[in-house]
Amino acid sequence: MTTLDSSKEIKKNDSEASEHHEDFRMFGLITFLIADGMTFAGFFAAYLTYKAVNPLPDGAIYELELPIPTLNTILLLVSSATFHKAGKALLKNKNSDSQKWLLVTALLGITFLICQLFEYFNLPFGLTDNLFASTFYALTGFHGLHVTLGTLMILIISWQTRPKEGRITNQNMFPLEAVELYWHFVDGIWVILFIILYLL
Amino acid sequence: MTISIDPQDSNTKNLQPKGWLRYFSFSLDHKVIGIQYLVCGFLFYLIGGTLASAIRIELASPMSDFMPRDVYNQVLTLHGTIMIFLWIVPVVNGAFGNYLIPFYVGARDMAFPRLNAVAFWLIPPSGLMLVASYFVEGAAQAGWTAYPPLSITTPQSGQIIWIMSVLLLGGSSIFGGINFIATIIKLRRPGLKLMQLPMYCWAMLGTSLLVVLSTPVLAGTLILLSFDIVAHTGFFNPVLGGNVVVYQHLFWFYSHPAGYIMVLPAFGLVSEILPVHSRKPLFGYTTMVFSIMGIVVLGLVVWAHHMFTSGTPPWMRLFFTIATAFIAVPTGIKFFNWVATLWGGKISINSAMLFSCGFIINFVFGGITGVALAQVPFDIHVHDTYFVVAHFHYIVYGGTVFIIFSSIYHWFPKVTGKLMSEKLGIIHFAITFIGFNLCFAPQHWLGLNGMPRRVAEYDPQFQFVNQISSLGALLMAISTIPFLVNIFLSIKNGKDSGDNPWNALTPEWLTSSPPPVENWEGEAPLVEEPYGYGKPISQEN
Repeated sequence: MTTLDSSKEIKKNDSEASEHHEDFRMFGLITFLIADGMTFAGFFAAYLTYKAVNPLPDGAIYELELPIPTLNTILLLVSSATFHKAGKALLKNKNSDSQKWLLVTALLGITFLICQLFEYFNLPFGLTDNLFASTFYALTGFHGLHVTLGTLMILIISWQTRPKEGRITNQNMFPLEAVELYWHFVDGIWVILFIILYLL
Repeated sequence: MTISIDPQDSNTKNLQPKGWLRYFSFSLDHKVIGIQYLVCGFLFYLIGGTLASAIRIELASPMSDFMPRDVYNQVLTLHGTIMIFLWIVPVVNGAFGNYLIPFYVGARDMAFPRLNAVAFWLIPPSGLMLVASYFVEGAAQAGWTAYPPLSITTPQSGQIIWIMSVLLLGGSSIFGGINFIATIIKLRRPGLKLMQLPMYCWAMLGTSLLVVLSTPVLAGTLILLSFDIVAHTGFFNPVLGGNVVVYQHLFWFYSHPAGYIMVLPAFGLVSEILPVHSRKPLFGYTTMVFSIMGIVVLGLVVWAHHMFTSGTPPWMRLFFTIATAFIAVPTGIKFFNWVATLWGGKISINSAMLFSCGFIINFVFGGITGVALAQVPFDIHVHDTYFVVAHFHYIVYGGTVFIIFSSIYHWFPKVTGKLMSEKLGIIHFAITFIGFNLCFAPQHWLGLNGMPRRVAEYDPQFQFVNQISSLGALLMAISTIPFLVNIFLSIKNGKDSGDNPWNALTPEWLTSSPPPVENWEGEAPLVEEPYGYGKPISQEN
C-alpha cells in the first residue's frame, strides 16, 4: 500500500522495484483491453446490422475465400503458443530461449501481416466498392493495426530480454506479461472476426 | 512485483516546479492535475458561454440578422462540443475526481500518475484545435451529434478537425476512466471497505465503467465517419448504400451514457456536500450505491430513446421506453435520499448549500421532463424542438454546473486554505438561479408549440418568449462576474479557513488545508464513517 515506512530499504533506480503497493499495471491493462474490445464490438455490431438490413445492390461483388484467412488463424494461434513458451522460458531464467521464442512469435506476426496484404491485393473488391467491402477493410485493417503494434512491441521486448543487461528478467516480467496479454487479446479478436466475417 | 516512488528521495519530485508554475508543468501530483482540469475547463466554459450568448442574441429576433446562418451552425456546434467535452466531462470527472478520489481511498496519488498527466495534457491541444478550426475554413456545422449525411455534406475540414479533437478528448476520458477504476478498486488503504467509501467514489466508479465501456464505441464510429468524409466510403452515406441509422445507434450508445458520465459524478458530489452542511448522515447509503450501479446498467441499454423518429421498429420503441422509464426508479431513490438527508438537519445556508439545493430543484424538473420524453407519443411530438433543449440544459446546467459551482464553494478552502466571500457567493447563486430558470423554463413552452431547435430563424409569434429566454441568458452571463471577483478576492485577501472550516468528516478534511504534496503527514487516516454526523462531539473532532 501507499503507507511509507522509512525504515524499509527503498531501491532508488527510477520507478522500479520497491515494496510499497501491489502492482496494478496489469489491472489497468485489462481495463484498457476491455475498452479496446468495445471498439471492435462497435465495428462488429455495425457489420452485422449492415448484413441484416442493407442488402447488397445488384452487381456488387463481395466474395471472400477461406484458405488465406484460415492460414492466418493458424499462424496467430501458434504465435500465442510460442509467446507462452517465451514466458515459461523466462520463468526458468533462460533468457536466450525466451528471446528465441519471442522472435519466432514476431516472425509469425509478420507472416500474418504479409498474408493479410496478399489477401488485400487479390480480393475482387476495393475499399469503396460497397458497404460490406468498406466494413471488411475497416475491421481487418483495424485488427491489422493491432497486429502491427503488437509485432513492434514483441520485437522491442525480445531485444530487452537479451541475456546480458536486458531490462526484462525473471525479476521484472511485467513488460513481457503485458505484451503477452495484449497478443492473446488480438488473437481472440481475430478468432471472432474470422467467424463473423468469413464463416457467417 | 510491487512499485512505488519514495517521496523523499525520488528525483521526479525535485524536478517539479514550485508555486504557481507547477500548474503549467507536466506535474504528476493528483491535486495539481485536478486544478489544471478545473481551470482549463473553466476557460473553455467562458468560451462556450460566449458562444451561448451569441446564440441567444441571434435568437432575440426571428430573422438571422446577428450572424449568417452557416456561422450560426458553427457557433451552435462549437458551443455544444466545448461545453460537453471540454467543460463538463473534464471538470466533473477529471477535476474533482483527481483532487478527491486519492483522499477518499486513503492514497498518496492516483494509481497511474503519468497516465493521469497524459490524460490532462491531451485536453488543451485538442480544445485549441477545435476552437481554431473556426478560423481555418469554418468549424464543423453538424451539431455536437455530427449526424450523417449532414456531417458528410457540410465543409470537410471543420468536420475532420472536430472528429480528431473529439477522438483525442475521448482518449483522455478513457485514460482517466482506467485510472479511476484502478485507484478506487486497487489503491484503497488497508482496512477500508468498499461500503465505507464516500459516495463520490461510487459515483466515479460507475462513471468510469460507463466511460470505459461506451467511449471506445464513439471512437470507432467517428473513425468510420472520417472514412466516409475523407475516403468516400459509404458506411453512413445513403447515396452509396450506407445506413444513417447505424451511425445513430453507435453514436447514442456512447452519448446516452455520456449524459450519465456528466451527471453521475454530480450525484456523488452533492452527496458529499449535503451531509456536511446539514450535519446529518447521508440518508440511505446502501440504496444510493445500488441506485448508482442500477443507473450504470440501465444507462447502457436505453440509447435508442433518442431515435424514436428514426424509423425504429415498434418492439424497439417499446423496449427502450420501458427501460428508460425504469431509470426513473434509481434516480428517484437518490432524489428522495437527498431530501431525507436535509430533513430535520441543522442546515447552514451558505453558497455551497444553496447551489446544491438549486441542483435538487432543477434536477427533479429536468428528470420529470426526461421521463416525459421517453414516452413515444410525446417524444414524436416534441422531437428536435426546444423542449429537448430545455430538458437537456436542466440536467447539465441546472444539474451538473450548479454542482460544479457548489463544489467550488465547498472545496475552495481545502485547495487554498482561504474562505470565499459568502455575500458574493449568495449573489452569484441568486443571479444564476433566476437567470437559468428564466432562460430555460420558457423553452419548454416554445418546444411544445413546435419551435425547432438548431435553427437560426423562427416563426415571429415566438419572439416575445425567446426574448425572455435571452434575458435569462444575459443574467447567466452576468452571474460569472461575482463568481470570478469572488475567486480572485478570496485567493488574494480571503480569511484563513483553518484546516476544516466545515467540521466535515470525510477524509480530505483530515489533513492540512492546503494539503501537503503527498496528502498526509503520516499514515492515511482510516475513515470508517465518512457521514457520521450527529454523534457525540468526541467523534466529530
